[in-house]
Amino acid sequence: MCGRSAVPISSLIQSRSAEFFPNDRLVLKPFTMRYTPNPDPVVKEMLQTLGLSSLDDLFADIPENIRKKCTLPEGAGLSEMSLRRQLEQLALDNVCTEDCPIFLGAGCYDHYIPAAVSHLLARSEFYTAYTPYQPEISQGILQSIFEYQTLMCRLTGMAVANASLYCGGSALAQACQIAAEVTGKKRVLLPTSLHPDYARIVETYAISGKMAVEYIPCPGGVVDPVALDSLLNDQTAAVVIQYPNFYGNLEEVDRLVALARSVNAMVIMSVDPIALALLKSPGEWGADIAVGDGQPLGNPMNFGGPHLGFMAVTEKLMRKIPGRLVGETVDSRGQRSFVLTLQAREQHIRREKANSNICSNEALCALAACMYLAFVGPLGLKQAALNSHRLAWYAREEFTKAGFHFPYHAPFFREFVVSIRDPHAMNEYLLENGIIGGYELDGGLLLAFTERRTREEVDELVLRMKEFVNCQSTEVKEVTA
Amino acid sequence: MNLLFEKNSKGSNSFRFPLQELPEIDLQATLPENHWRTTDLGIPELPEVEAVRHFTELSTRAFGVDSGMYPLGSCTMKYNPKINELLANLPGFTNVHPYQPEETVQGALELLYELQLMLADIGGMDQFTLQPAAGAHGEMTGIMILRTWHKSQGNDEQRNVILVPDSAHGTNPATASVVGYKVREVKSNEFGRVSLDDLKAKLDDHVAGLMLTNPNTLGLFETDIEEIAKLVHEAGGLLYYDGANLNAIMGMSRPGDMGFDIVHFNLHKTFATPHGGGGPGAGAVGVKEFLTPFLPVPHIIKRKDGSYGFDYNRPQSIGKVKTFYGNFGVCVKAYAWIKSVGPHGLRDACQHAVLNANYLRHELADDYEIPFNVLCKHEFVATSARQKEAGIHTLDIAKRLMDFGYHPPTIYFPLIVPEAMMFEPTETESKERLDQFIAAMKQIAEECRTTPELVHGAPHTTVIGRVDDTRAARHPVLQYKPEVEVES
Repeated sequence: MCGRSAVPISSLIQSRSAEFFPNDRLVLKPFTMRYTPNPDPVVKEMLQTLGLSSLDDLFADIPENIRKKCTLPEGAGLSEMSLRRQLEQLALDNVCTEDCPIFLGAGCYDHYIPAAVSHLLARSEFYTAYTPYQPEISQGILQSIFEYQTLMCRLTGMAVANASLYCGGSALAQACQIAAEVTGKKRVLLPTSLHPDYARIVETYAISGKMAVEYIPCPGGVVDPVALDSLLNDQTAAVVIQYPNFYGNLEEVDRLVALARSVNAMVIMSVDPIALALLKSPGEWGADIAVGDGQPLGNPMNFGGPHLGFMAVTEKLMRKIPGRLVGETVDSRGQRSFVLTLQAREQHIRREKANSNICSNEALCALAACMYLAFVGPLGLKQAALNSHRLAWYAREEFTKAGFHFPYHAPFFREFVVSIRDPHAMNEYLLENGIIGGYELDGGLLLAFTERRTREEVDELVLRMKEFVNCQSTEVKEVTA
Repeated sequence: MNLLFEKNSKGSNSFRFPLQELPEIDLQATLPENHWRTTDLGIPELPEVEAVRHFTELSTRAFGVDSGMYPLGSCTMKYNPKINELLANLPGFTNVHPYQPEETVQGALELLYELQLMLADIGGMDQFTLQPAAGAHGEMTGIMILRTWHKSQGNDEQRNVILVPDSAHGTNPATASVVGYKVREVKSNEFGRVSLDDLKAKLDDHVAGLMLTNPNTLGLFETDIEEIAKLVHEAGGLLYYDGANLNAIMGMSRPGDMGFDIVHFNLHKTFATPHGGGGPGAGAVGVKEFLTPFLPVPHIIKRKDGSYGFDYNRPQSIGKVKTFYGNFGVCVKAYAWIKSVGPHGLRDACQHAVLNANYLRHELADDYEIPFNVLCKHEFVATSARQKEAGIHTLDIAKRLMDFGYHPPTIYFPLIVPEAMMFEPTETESKERLDQFIAAMKQIAEECRTTPELVHGAPHTTVIGRVDDTRAARHPVLQYKPEVEVES
C-alpha cells in the first residue's frame, strides 16, 4: 500500500522547453516562482518577525519521516513565452472545427457562440470570484444566477431551477436519486435509447444502494410502450425519457408519461435546450423533473468539459432539488437583492443529512448559457433550432437519394442514424478526406447537423460516404468473383 | 439594478443566424404537431448594446481575486494567471469534440496523461483520474472507489460506516451519506487535532474508512498522521485525503507517504484555476496501486507506440461519474500552471502560502482571539471573542472588511470554534498587501471598542446593505415573475 513516485515531474516539465529555449532557465532567477511576490529580503524579514530562521522552520510540525520522502527535483518553471509555445503545440496536435467540418453530436454540439458571450465571460470579476457567499459584494453573480434560473424555468416549463450541476449525466443521476428518495422505491427505468454515458453514470451513482437500474428495450430507436408497461410495477420510482433521445428520435412522451403515472412513478425528462425552442417542454408533457446538458447554450465543446448540467423541478420538489439556489429578498435599505437560499438542503449546513454533497457547480458555464439566451434572443434560439432541423432533413433526403438506409423511422431532431456496415472504416475514410464523421454505433453512424454546418459540407459528406460504400461493394464483388 | 426581463423590448434584438438556401421542408411532416411547443419561450429581447451593458454592470457588482485580496479560508483564492486563460481558450482545445477519433486528439490526451502523472508525483500516489468536475465530486468518486474495493473484498455488507472528524468540511459527511454510508464523528483534542483516544473508540469492524483533511480546517497539521493511518489500516479501513488544503504541504510532504490510500485534489484551489463564481472546478482523484482497477473509465493511457488513448477495458471500474472525460478546460489551466512554476515553484508556492498565513496570524494575535495560536500551515482560525463585549459578532467584522475593499474570510467554520473566522491569504499576496489588510483588521478592532455601531451596521460602501436571509428562505422567490409581463 505504499505510494511510489511515477515519472519524475522535472522530466515532464522540461521535456519540451529544451527544444525551443535551451537557455530558458537562465532567463528566470533560479528557483523563484513567478507568482510569489515577496522577494528574499522580505521573506527574511517576515521570518524574523515570526522568530524563525528559514522557510523550512515553518514545516517543523510535519514529522521528518514523511517530510524527507518528498524529494521534488530541482528545477525552475517555464517563462510565459515558452509555456505558450508548448501549449500552442499541444493544441495544434488536435484536429478542431477550424480544421474540418464535424458531424459528431451525441450529447455535445458545435453550435455557434455569439462573440459578445466569450467577450463578457472574460471579465475577471466573474471568473475569479468564489461561490457568492457574501451577497453585498456578489450581487452581480447572484443576479445572473437568478436570471439563469428564470430562463431555465421558462425553457423547461418547470417551477424551480437550480444554479447548475456538473453535466447532463450527473444531473440525471441526481434526479433519479431524488425520485428514489421521494417515492421510497428503488427501481429506476432507463431506456436503451438514453445516452450511454448518462446510463453509465446513473449506474455508478447506484453504488449507493439507494436505487436499482433496469433498462427498457427500444427496438425501433424509441421506447417500446408495451415493453415499458410490462416493466412497470409498484416498486418503480421513476421512468426516464430522453427527448430527443440519444439517436435524435422523438419519444412518444404522452404515452410514456401516462404509463408511468399508472404506477405513480415519477417522470424524469432529459432534454436538449436548443430543441426546446421548437419542442414541447417537460412542463407541458407533465414531467416531475427536467434535466439536461446546457453546453449547446453558449459553451464550447471543450473536449467534453466544462459544460453544465441543469435541473428544474415542480413546485412540490423545491426542497428536494440539489445544489445552489438563488432567491430574491430585500436588504437593510429596502432594495431588492439576491442571496443563496434554502441552504438547509446543503452540505455546509446539514452535513450528512444534506440532500446532496454538491458544493462547486458550473456557475460560469451557467452564466454563459444566460448570456447566450440574452444575445440570441427568442428568435435567434428558434432559428438555431430550425436551421439545424432543416439541415438535418436536407441531409436525410440526400442520403435517401444516394441509396442509404436508416434503421429508425421515428421523427427526429438535429441528428439521426444512417445504416453503415462498417461505421469505423467509414469514419476513417471520412477523416482521410478531411471530415470528422459521426458517432459509431453497431451497424450505423449517428450524425448531427447544427446551424454551423453548411449545405456544401453536407453534400461533401454524402458524396464521400457514397464513394466509400461503392468502393467497398466493388471490393466485395472482386472477392466473390 | 433591473433584471434582463425588465429590459425586455419587443423587436429590439436583431441577432440573426444566416438562412441557408435549402429546399423548403414541411415542418408539419418532419416534426409532428403534437411535439410542437405551445408555450412562450419567455426569453427577453434586448438590443446587443443593452445586453452588453447589462452583463458589464453585473460584473461591476461582483468581487473576484482580481478585485482584491480574498482570504477565504479553505478556498485557496490565489491569483489566476492570465496566460492560462488564454491557453485554455485556444481553438485547438475549445473546439474539439469529445468523441473525435483518438488520432485527432493526441494533444489533448497527451496533456491529460501528463497531468495525471504530475499529480501522482505531487501526491505520492500511483494513478490519477481527471474525471470528477469538482472537489465534492472527487470525494464522491473516491468513496465510491473505496466502497467498490470493500465489495471486492466481500466486506461491503459489514463495513457501512465512514469516520469523519468534527472539524471536517461539510462535504465529507455529505459525501459518505450520498454513497450510502453511515457517518460517525471523531472528536478533536485540546490541540485541535484528531483525538487518538476517540479514534480508537470509534474504530471497529464496521468502519470502511476515515476521511481526513491534512492540515485540518484549523490549519493545523495532523502530527499523529502516521499513527492514525496505522490504526485505520489495522482496523481494516482505508484512509481518504480531502485535498482542499493541499496548498499547505505541496512539495513539502505527500499524502501518499502519510498513508492515504485515496486522495482528491482541487485543481481550482491549489493549481490556480479560477473558481468561476462557483465552478467549473476539477476534483482529480488519485489512488494507490491496489485501487487502480477501480478508477472511472475511460482511463487515459500511453500506448507502447507512444500514442495516447482511452482505456475502457477496466472490468472492476466504478464506471463513470461525468459525461465524457472531466473538465478538460480546467485541466489545461492546471497543467499550464504546474509547467510554469516548475517543480521547485510548487514548493515555493507552499512555503510562501504558509509564511503568509503565519505572518498574518502573528500580526492579528494582539487584537483578535486565536484559539490555537501556534505554528499553522496555509490558514488559521481567529474569533471575535474579544469583540463580544461590544456586541460585535464575526458576521459584523466580515461585513466591515468589505468597506475596506477586501473579501471577508470564511466565517462560522469550522463548526468546533464558535464565531470562527478562517483566514487563508495564499502565496500570491505580497507583504505590503498583507500589511494593509492587517491595518484594516486593526482599525476594525479599534472601531469595535470605540464606535461599535459602525461595525454593526456594515457594510456601508457596497451596492446593497445586509440582506434578509430569513425572508428569502421563508418566502422563496426563485425566479422572476412579473405581475404583468409583455409577451416576447
